[in-house]
Parts: sequence; C-alpha cells; structure tokens
Amino acid sequence: MNAFVSLAAVLALLLLAWLGVAGLQLHILFGIVIPYFAVVVFLGGIVYRVMTWANVPVPFRIPTTCGQQKSLPWIGHSKLENPSSSWQVAGRMALEVLFFRSLFRNTKTEVHPDGPKVVYHPAYWLWIGALAFHYGFLTVFVRHFRFFVPPACGYQQAASWCTDSSVVDGLWWALGTLESVDAFLQVGAPPVFVSGIILLAAATYLLLRRFVIPQVRYISLASDYFPLFLIIGIAATGILMRHFVRTDIEAIKALGYGLASFAPLTGGEAWSQFVHHRPGGAFVPGLPDIHWLFFAHLLLVCTLFVYFPFSKLMHLGGVFLSPTRNMANSNRAVRYDVGWSARHPVPAHTYEEYEDEFRDKMKMVDIPVDKE
Amino acid sequence: MARQAKFDEIEYYDHKALSAVDFRPPETGWMDTPVDMRPGTFIYPAKPRHLEYLGFPNPREWNPQDDDWKLPENWKEIIFKGMRERLDEYRSFRVFMDICVRCGACADKCHFFIGSGDPKNMPVLRAELIRSVYRNDFTTAGKILGKLAGAREVTIDVIKEWFYYFYQCTECRRCSVFCPYGIDTAEITMMARELLNLLGLNVNWIIEPVANCFRTGNHLGIQPHGLKDTLEFFADDIEEATGIKVDIPLNKKGAEILFVTPSGDFLADPGTFTCMGYMMLFHELGLDYTWSTYASEGGNFGLFTSHETIKRLNAKIYAEAKRLGVKWILGGECGHMWRVVNQYMDTVNGPADFLEVPRSPITGTVFENARSTKMVHITEFTADLIKHGKLKLDKSQNDHIRVTFHDSCNPARAMGILEEPRYILKHVCNHFYEMPENTIREQTFCCGGGAGLGTDENMEMRLRGGLPRGNAVQHVHERFGVNHLVAMCAIDRATLSTVCEYWAPEVRVAGIHELLANAMVMRGQKKRTLNLRLEPINGEEGDGDE
Ligand code: HEM
Ligand code: SF4
Ligand code: SF4
Repeated sequence: MNAFVSLAAVLALLLLAWLGVAGLQLHILFGIVIPYFAVVVFLGGIVYRVMTWANVPVPFRIPTTCGQQKSLPWIGHSKLENPSSSWQVAGRMALEVLFFRSLFRNTKTEVHPDGPKVVYHPAYWLWIGALAFHYGFLTVFVRHFRFFVPPACGYQQAASWCTDSSVVDGLWWALGTLESVDAFLQVGAPPVFVSGIILLAAATYLLLRRFVIPQVRYISLASDYFPLFLIIGIAATGILMRHFVRTDIEAIKALGYGLASFAPLTGGEAWSQFVHHRPGGAFVPGLPDIHWLFFAHLLLVCTLFVYFPFSKLMHLGGVFLSPTRNMANSNRAVRYDVGWSARHPVPAHTYEEYEDEFRDKMKMVDIPVDKE
Repeated sequence: MARQAKFDEIEYYDHKALSAVDFRPPETGWMDTPVDMRPGTFIYPAKPRHLEYLGFPNPREWNPQDDDWKLPENWKEIIFKGMRERLDEYRSFRVFMDICVRCGACADKCHFFIGSGDPKNMPVLRAELIRSVYRNDFTTAGKILGKLAGAREVTIDVIKEWFYYFYQCTECRRCSVFCPYGIDTAEITMMARELLNLLGLNVNWIIEPVANCFRTGNHLGIQPHGLKDTLEFFADDIEEATGIKVDIPLNKKGAEILFVTPSGDFLADPGTFTCMGYMMLFHELGLDYTWSTYASEGGNFGLFTSHETIKRLNAKIYAEAKRLGVKWILGGECGHMWRVVNQYMDTVNGPADFLEVPRSPITGTVFENARSTKMVHITEFTADLIKHGKLKLDKSQNDHIRVTFHDSCNPARAMGILEEPRYILKHVCNHFYEMPENTIREQTFCCGGGAGLGTDENMEMRLRGGLPRGNAVQHVHERFGVNHLVAMCAIDRATLSTVCEYWAPEVRVAGIHELLANAMVMRGQKKRTLNLRLEPINGEEGDGDE
C-alpha cells in the first residue's frame, strides 16, 4: 500500500510533465519557474533545518564508544572508534561519512531453535548497496554541472561562444576527467556512464530489499518508497534521454546556462549565440525543441529538491550533528557544561538531613557523626 | 514436579518453546497491532508512596492490565508539552526523530528482538512508536499527510504501547553501534520514560530504588548500621578464608580516597564476593580510603528515570567527598554507574575543584583521563598496580576455573573500558577464553535485565533478552569448558546468574575482584584452602549458585 502510493505519486508526476509540456505547452512553468522554486526551497529548507537542529543544545557528551578508551598510557587507545580529541572525532566522522563505517559492521542474526544456537553472519550487501547508491548519486550530480558551466575557450574552442577564464577551464578539466573515468567501459555512442547504471541498480536493490525482507517491509513507510521511486525515475529518464530518446542537447544547455546566469528568458549570451543557428529566433519559442521527457526528468529532480529538506533525506545534514558520533569521549578529562545543570535545579537530600534521620543508629555502631 | 511454577520463575518457561522464536511480523500493520499485556512481559507499577516521597506526578494505585490507567485529565497536553520541551533541550532527541531512514540495520541487533521476534522490539520500530507522534504533532508533512507520512495521533493505546516497549529496552546502545547515523534508541527510550513519568507511569523496580537511594544513600535502602554490619560480616568471611582481619573504614574524615560501589554488591551473591575482593585489595595495599554510608551507592537508577533524577542521586558522591575531605574518588565494578560517571557526573554536579587529580598512592601514576571528574575506575587502578608489579598474584589459585568475560553494555559503549578488565583477568587466571567477537567488546550483548528491567515479573522478556548472551556463554562452555562468566557490573552479576541458569546452566557468575582476591597472595595470610565463597580451592567445583 505504502509502496503503491509512492509509485503512483511518481507516475503522476510523469503524467503531469507530459500534460503540462506536450499538451498545455507550459514550458516556462516547467523549464524555468519550477526549477527556480525548487532550488530556493532546497537551499532555504536545508539551512532552515540545520539551523533548527543547531539551535537545540547538546547538554551532555554522549558518544557511543566503539573501541578502547584513552586511559593508561600503556593501553592501546582506539582513536577512531573512541576519539578523545577533536581531530580524532574528525577522523571518526570522515570514516562515517565517506565510508559508512558503522554500516560496515552490519551482521545478520539467526536463531536456530535446536540447541538453541544464535548465529551471526557478516552482512555487507546493505553497505555495498548504500555506498554504490551514494557514490553513484554523487557522481551523477557532479556530472550535471556540464549543463550549467559555460563553455571554456581552453576546451570547447569549437563552440560558437566561450568564456575565457582559468576557473572555468579548471572546472571543465575536472568534469572531463570525471566523465572519462565514468565512461571507462567505452561501450555505446554516446558512451555509457557507469555511475548512472550503478545508481539505478543500487536504488533498485534498496527498493527490492524493502519488498523482500519481511522486517524492513514491515517498517517501510510511503516516505521510504517515495524517494527511491523518485530517484529510479530520475535515473531511468536520464538514461533514456542519453541513449534512446533524441533530445536537443544544445537547447538544454542553453536553458541550463540561462538558468545559471539568471537570464532564463533570454538564455543570456548562450542563447543569443545559439539562436543564430536556428530558425525561429526568440528563446521562449525555442524551448519546444526539447523533448517532453526532459521536462519529466526535470520535474522529478525538482520534486526531489523540494522534498529533500522536509524528509529523511536530511540525514545528509543530520549525520554531522549526531551527538553519539560527533563528540569526543573526554568527559572525565575535560569538563563539559553548556548550562543544562544551571537550567535544571533539583531537590537534594543533604548529609545533614541524612544524619538527622539516622544519627542514633550511627552512634549505636560507632559510625562517626558530625553533630553529637 | 509437585508445584506448578509461576510466570516469574524460570522453570515456568519451556526451553523449546522459548527458543523457537517466530520472526514473521504480524498480519496487521504495526500501528494497528495493540499490545498484548501478558504476565511475564511487563513490570509492576511504582507504589504511590515512593512517588510521593520523591515528589513525582500522579501517585496512585493502578494496574497495566486494567483498561483505565488513571491518567491525569490533561494527559495529552502534558505529553505534547513534555515533547516540546525535550525537543528544544536535547539535540540528540530532535535529530534522532528526524533522520532515521528505516534501513533496518539496527533491527536484528537488539537482544529483545533476537529473543522475541516481536517487530516492535526492533530498535527502529521502538523509536517509531514515538517518532510517529512526533511527526503528527511537530512536522508539517505529518500534519498534512497523516498516516501516509507515518504519523499518528497519541491515544491511550499509544501510551500503553510506550509503557510496554520502553520498558523492554535496556538502554544498552547496541543498536547505536550499527546505525549509520549513530541513532541511539537508548536515548529515545530515556526521553520516552521521562514523558511516561510525567503521567505517573513508572515501574516499581526502578522507582523504589530511586526513593531508597534518595533517603538512605543506596538503592537497597540499607541504613548506616546495616551497612556496617554487612561489611563486618564480609570481614569475617575473609578472615575465615585468609586468616587476615581486614579493617572497615566508614565515613572516615581525611581519608585520601572515597570508595563508592553499587549497593547490589552488599546484599546479593555473587556480588558480595567481589565486594570482599575490594576489601582485601585495599587492606593489602594499606590504602588510606573510606566507605561512606551517605554515598553508599555507585549505581544510579536515575539514569532509568530522568536526567534530573540522575543529578539528584549522583549529587551525594561529590557532596560526601567534599564533606570527608578526600582527595579523589575510586569507583567499583558497575555498569550503568560508569555511564553516569563518564557521561553525566561532572556536567550535572561538577566542577569537582575541591578534589585533586587522582594519583595512585601506590604507584604514583596520575590518572590523566580522570583529571576533571576525579573519579577512577577500579580496573584502571588495579591494572596499573599489576603493571607496576605491586601485587603478588598466584594464578594457579584460579586453575580450577575456566573464565570468559562479559563486557557490560555501559562500560563498553558509553566509556570504552575494554582492555583494563582483560588485563587483570589474564593476570589472575590461566584459563581465559573470549566469547565470539560479535558478542563482546562494543558489540557485547546485554544481560537482558539492565536499565531497571532486572526484576522477576517480566521473566519471560528477561530470558528472551538474555538469549544472545546466554547462548554465547553456552558456546564457550561447550567449546572450551568455560564455567565462570566474569562481569564487572552489579546488575549483571544478579541478572546473568539467572540468564546462565537458564541458557548456560553449567556456568556461574563472578566479578573481577573476586577472582583477583582469590589469586592474591596477602602478607601474613594462612595457607589458602578456601576461596571467598568458602569452597575448597582446586577441589571439586561448586555446582551453580543457588
Ligand atoms: C547528497 C547527499 C545524500 C543523499 C541525496 C542521500 C540519499 C539517500 C537516500 C534517498 C536514501 C534512501 C535509501 C532507501 O530508502 O533505502 C539514503 C539512505 C542512506 N543514506 Fe544517504 N544520502 C546522502 C548523504 C548521505 C551521507 C553523507 C551518508 C553518510 C553517513 C548517508 C548514508 C545513508 C545510508 C547508510 C542509507 C541507508 C540505505 C537504505 O536506506 O537502504 N547518506 N540516502
Ligand atoms: S540503523 Fe539507524 S537509520 Fe537505520 S533503521 Fe535503525 S535507527 Fe534508522
Ligand atoms: S538500546 Fe539496546 S535494548 Fe534498547 S533498542 Fe537498542 S539494542 Fe534494544
């Protein structure tokens, strides 16, 4: 049911893009208004969410320690699993964020009734799937900058226009390198990007395990299926456009540069150069050259952007703010106090009150007392 | 069997039935599956007089199996306000409410899930019980999309579910080790229990010790003369075993060190033997130390109640250290006590600027890692002694036993004291074997009775929760002939005795300083033929505890 609703939502978005663009010709809405809106909500939303977290105090130092503490000098200290300084915490966090260190610990537990016998198997699939998914996503995301970075004179001399700047040169160099690594398989024309396939495969795996593993299925909400369907939709429409459905890449680039240079209606310099090669002249009427599938792809991405800050996808920011991971286990060595104790006075039962109650009994057995 | 066993006794539970854990989730969704409040799985409510003594809300007689839990009229408002306050005070709570991706990595890491198969004992779903209410009341998506966004309104049934499942979490943090974001269900359980307390929903096994501790200085309610009696009784046993009369400094002003340990070790075997171990060690060292009757509890059931209660109970330790004028504090073998000492004590009741940075009077070692708190763990202290060759140890006095070590949850995952106890054990016995690596160190399994769940009326859940630990013990028993499980925690020593009796019946439970004392060659001792349990050394082994 939860999965069905999510799938239906993603299909509805596809339908919406088709109706809106192929039917109602709302190119400006889908190509310009919604993307700007989405980026604003995305950035604003993330800032808002992170600020909300940051404004809540962390009253206690509560790291989950996963290794030997720093104690006597001759006992080996596990610096990355049980950090005692900020640098060590940074190391622990780097392992978590870059390599999903904790997920790497994953095991699968089985209980065999005869015996009984509890057995633990290493379980790396989730870790592999999650890493593939995230690095696939990251690579795809970064590759898309080629739609927003203007051509560089050092690289695209053949382009009808280019920007003469070493920064832009550098960006293109980096993008070019990434692309050639990503396309290392050298199959197809244009060559297949491995990251896209990995992203699609990993997202599909993450989705399937939600269907197949009974416990995970039991806990999955619509908000767990939805981003997966959405990302699968994004990756699938992207791959379709690259390899199967012809779209006008030049026009899409012009739209991208236009959006990035805040001149979406004219396409800025990009478009003014570009339209020379085109009949029709003006930019806005030029948008229809782009296949509706592109607008579907874009709408799904915009949905992801808008959805992001208000969903579990905010784990991107939250992981950095998780007190069990980003704090040093140094409480006994360095006092930690951000005012909780001052804000929370409590009644005390003083020694005097205690002695008053038990003085006779204490004296009876020669326990020293303060007041005779 | 002449007498029918009751649900609070282990004999009531058939091994086969308990081992055949059913992992299939129910047909109905979790929001539509009400709790089954059956005897053996829940804990009795707090008695009104304890709540009154502590000034806690809504003291009354009530029964979890009744329909009417006699909540205050405005209970919804109390919950809403309580959640609001905690979301604004604890970043952990807010972030953990927001970022779980429900990947399920934590699911089969919880001993209660492993032993029961109940999906609501998966840490993720335990947290969702309250997260669903958070979404409904505090997030826009939840307000608009409702159930579709995983939101639900808080109802009496939801509160009942909270009471049931947040008292089926031992706050052991094992789930937090495996979560990619470190989401700590223990932290969420602490918040949930605070909220339940606001409605007067508490369990007696926690609240009675809290009330006792506030009044008498220890959970068990031992009064000063009683404590003295107990320690004298231990001294007699020590004399019988060693021929040496140890002295018992009590509330001694001007001593160098205040010694604080969980009161469980005063009363219940086998903890008592560990307590004797301390007394022998300190005597042998000629340590200038004192016990306190006012601060006669290292443990802190406040940890299972509320952050304020942690502070309230813990305050006595520094207050007493100040009154007695000691230089620093030494703490005994305890689990949750060390979570409190390591993570809360200095923050809530410090700074302890009237004390000195701890320095071992025997070896001169300065405990830099306790520079601010001024409280040293006994195994840090003892490991340092052994390293410097200050103790004469005869390992062969423990030759008749085969030992494994249980890392208690809190020292492992809220402190990371893993090597010190092992170092000591390897110096006091010849036969030491580790349990499988998925069940020790930071991955250690709870005894199933921590965080105030170690009573008898929830015996079914304790045995289920104890399955992973008990099974690992049984494994090393079968493989290496292990017959002693050593734990440095007073709760463990009590609860693991039950767990072992059920799941690993040939193995009994001991403490580190019990083994240390048995191996220690004391100056002027008579020939040692009896251990601290007054059983012959290297003779036939005892058979079980009770
Ligand atoms: C651009 C940043 C990120 C995005 C877009 C993103 C997106 C996602 C999405 C959509 C899922 C859901 C998969 C599912 O529902 O099964 C997910 C899961 C996950 N993310 Fe991220 N994430 C990001 C950053 C991070 C970071 C920095 C970490 C590092 C700790 C991380 C760790 C994980 C893990 C462990 C999962 C679990 C896989 C699962 O749910 O099955 N993510 N992420
Ligand atoms: S491991 Fe963490 S993120 Fe995954 S379901 Fe459990 S609590 Fe949520
Ligand atoms: S803290 Fe321990 S008992 Fe509680 S949910 Fe996590 S693993 Fe289970």
